Amino acid sequence: MSRLSVRKTYKLFIGGAFPRSESGRSYPVTSAKGEFLANASRASRKDARDAVVAARKAFPGWSGATPYNRGQILYRVAEMLEGRRGQFAEELGGGKKAALEQVDAAIDRLVWYAGWSDKIAAVHGAANPVAGPYFNLSTPEPTGVVAVIAPADPLLGLVSVVAPVIVTGNTCVVVASERAPLASITLAEVLATSDLPGGVVNILTGHQAELAPWLAAHMDVNALDLTGVGDADLALSCEQAAAENLKRVLRPAAEDWAADPGTGRMTRFLETKTVWHPVGI
Amino acid sequence: MVSTVTTSLADVASSDAALRAFLHGLPGVDRVGADQRAAMLGTRSIKTTAKAQAIDLAISMVDLTTLEGADTAGKVRAMCTKAVRPGGGAPKVAAVCVYPDLVAVAVEALRGAGAGAGVKVASVATAFPSGRSSLDVKVGETAAAVAAGADEIDMVIDRGAFLSGHYMKVFEEIVAVKAACGAAHLKVILETGELATYDNVRRASWLAMLAGADFIKTSTGKVSPAATPPVTLVMLEAVRDFREATGRQVGVKPAGGIRTTKDAIKNLVLVHETAGDDWLTPEWFRLGASSLLNDLLMQRQKLATGRYAGPDYFTLD
Repeated sequence: MSRLSVRKTYKLFIGGAFPRSESGRSYPVTSAKGEFLANASRASRKDARDAVVAARKAFPGWSGATPYNRGQILYRVAEMLEGRRGQFAEELGGGKKAALEQVDAAIDRLVWYAGWSDKIAAVHGAANPVAGPYFNLSTPEPTGVVAVIAPADPLLGLVSVVAPVIVTGNTCVVVASERAPLASITLAEVLATSDLPGGVVNILTGHQAELAPWLAAHMDVNALDLTGVGDADLALSCEQAAAENLKRVLRPAAEDWAADPGTGRMTRFLETKTVWHPVGI
Repeated sequence: MVSTVTTSLADVASSDAALRAFLHGLPGVDRVGADQRAAMLGTRSIKTTAKAQAIDLAISMVDLTTLEGADTAGKVRAMCTKAVRPGGGAPKVAAVCVYPDLVAVAVEALRGAGAGAGVKVASVATAFPSGRSSLDVKVGETAAAVAAGADEIDMVIDRGAFLSGHYMKVFEEIVAVKAACGAAHLKVILETGELATYDNVRRASWLAMLAGADFIKTSTGKVSPAATPPVTLVMLEAVRDFREATGRQVGVKPAGGIRTTKDAIKNLVLVHETAGDDWLTPEWFRLGASSLLNDLLMQRQKLATGRYAGPDYFTLD
């Protein structure tokens, strides 16, 4: 007797939970060859709003955690991902060998960023020499809630944009790749079981052109990563909307995800706090 | 129900036994039905221009409240300023609600604001929030708050006496405090979170109205659950039936746990569908809240600008 197939419902990831879209909508996702894979939730602007609320709520706890702790949790994400290599390789499709290489690269990327958690302040902070009896210290601080429009690369690209945002203490709302969103929700399952507090990463699937403008204009979002926006007009209008509350905006040229990432993505979403402290007290 | 009420209403408070017989003779509340009706009314969709109107109406019904041990004169002054001009052209709120010792500060601040005319000063009294003190102290506190300039007094009932069936004691306390209020309006807080059943909520509502309350208020805000929609529904039914029986209109004030615009609009729908539009004014319906006002203002700005607002751009309070 054959079993009934038990297939996964791909939902959103908001505040550590997996809700369906508030709108009840979904859209079909197909493979590169055009075969039907699954239905993904099609998030609405209200889901985006809820995700920003969840991210804002998670920010004090996550930015207040010690860098060491954040690094441990990112490493834990890598561990969990390692345990699901096969599943991800299958979901990515294409050649098995190439897919496994992608998964391994994503795991290595997480470990690489995890190591930066307690070093970024040493590299990008400073004890400034000043003309007076003061210690003058500059330290990098997370900027707040970051809206991330993820690139088309479904796993390595996604990890490469999310990890640098959260490792420094920001929280984020991610709009997953519109054409290949399934791996992002499976990654959410990994995040949900990695001691990452709910709300630090929120993942929406759906239409980029529908969601990005609302996030770009949202007054409670502090930064915007437009890496995944291919349409130049949409990117431009998002940049203009983001100017209203002076969001930090990242709109890079084409990125090679296999290359050494450098620290640029981390520092983009950091602010510098400088304190003066009298010497001898 | 109305017929049984009118025949006996004149002398229900003549003795403990009569009062008890009347309150226990009130029809019971169908718990499941009340929950379902409140939930069903909560699904109404209020959008665009209707939403804009509802938000402004809700703002004008807010009793902007600060009831913390850490309250200072400065905080009350800041709150009064916000009460008069919430910002963005929003209407002023109905009242500010403070502890008795800060009434004078609020009165001074609102008078200084000039345009403050119209924003009332409400004060909690009678050993808020527990109500555990002697009647002399309660009456004295009420008189002091009124003397300091309070327009409205929010008193708490003695829930211990109510729950153990000493209805007359509760009744007489309300009468005594009402007498001490003089011209000030009296809001009677039932603290429904401690009353356990909807039947008790209905009884306490009638008891307070019979004793002369101008408003009945759900909660102190210090006990959870506070103003849940079904409780507000039961109280709105009580004021509706009371007006039918006696001709006197009594206001309702849900307080505590109303934090979002959605909650506020759900309350307005409840009023419209239960008591009727006569109650849909700041004179007869209030929302006791502190953080609600900012959410209303943020939603108001969202409607005006088309982008989601952020709390960074609104005052902390």
